[in-house]
Amino acid sequence: MRSMWRTLDKATRRDIVTLAVADGVVGASFGAIAVSAGLSWWVPVVMSVLVFAGGAQFLAVGVVAAGGGPIAAVLGGLVLNARHLPFGLAVGDVLGRGGLRRAIGSHLMLDETVAFAMAQRDPARRRAAYWVCGLVLFVVWNVGTVLGVLVGQVIGDPATWGLDAAFPAALFALVLPALSDPATRRAAIVGAAIALAASPFLPAGLPVLLALLGLFAARRKPLPRKETDLEMSR
Amino acid sequence: MNLVAILVLAAGTYGFRLAGPLLRDKITLSDRVREYVSDAATVLLVALVATAALIDGQHFAGWALPAGVLVGGVLAWRRAPFVVVVVAAAVTAALLRLAGVP
Repeated sequence: MRSMWRTLDKATRRDIVTLAVADGVVGASFGAIAVSAGLSWWVPVVMSVLVFAGGAQFLAVGVVAAGGGPIAAVLGGLVLNARHLPFGLAVGDVLGRGGLRRAIGSHLMLDETVAFAMAQRDPARRRAAYWVCGLVLFVVWNVGTVLGVLVGQVIGDPATWGLDAAFPAALFALVLPALSDPATRRAAIVGAAIALAASPFLPAGLPVLLALLGLFAARRKPLPRKETDLEMSR
Repeated sequence: MNLVAILVLAAGTYGFRLAGPLLRDKITLSDRVREYVSDAATVLLVALVATAALIDGQHFAGWALPAGVLVGGVLAWRRAPFVVVVVAAAVTAALLRLAGVP
């Protein structure tokens, strides 16, 4: 862990800490919201450890708070989390070899860790960014949740602090380098348009998965061998 | 939300997370497919940004949220430091809400 921390440049470390602070506050508001929705204190705490996916946790608690059953809450959360499968295909190499690393590393797969890993150039830094970001966020998310359960009323709705705007902006900053490739950019724009158009009609999570149709817009011309190599080493 | 529901959600989520790294071992991806898979992750993240900025549930999220994300996005594009992007997005949305913008 310490050597991974040192592998990262100063700017990346600072970026991870920035995100960790925001994530801790959001975790605290998750704990607070869950308890104020009438759930027992241990429900948000166990969810944060075992599910460890903010979007799905808020969705599940929101469904229950709105009077929905646990089956609807679980199904909604699973649809929202299905995106982790393609994430794992894309960045699965950063977990490292060996069963234990893979077992633990998979649990740390988040939008943030995937975005941080993809923003790094060489394999060593990709791996370090993924693990450091994942472990730091796991700690702050769970500490935040417990604090929120205990003293949550002080924090309340994350929207009051604009944190709901901070996360999309942070993710956008992290994916920006990948968008310099024209084919990727085309796919992302078409995909986002599809997701937005589908949002009024489909439950949360499905529109984002439908965005994958945007990949058809990225159909690349066959690249001469040399250019492909260049792109892989990016 | 009972314990069984939490465990099912946790197990399913973990299954999705573990499937990608395991599948990578079973199948060899050509360079071309690998490029598409990497694009897929970027496409998902951008779609997440777009929906998180504009949609709450199945409705328009109001103006304060997309305005905050837009300010952060422009700053990111102008290569502002990450911390500035994050804080500016949050402060913009929070101040607009304080001023009564939904």
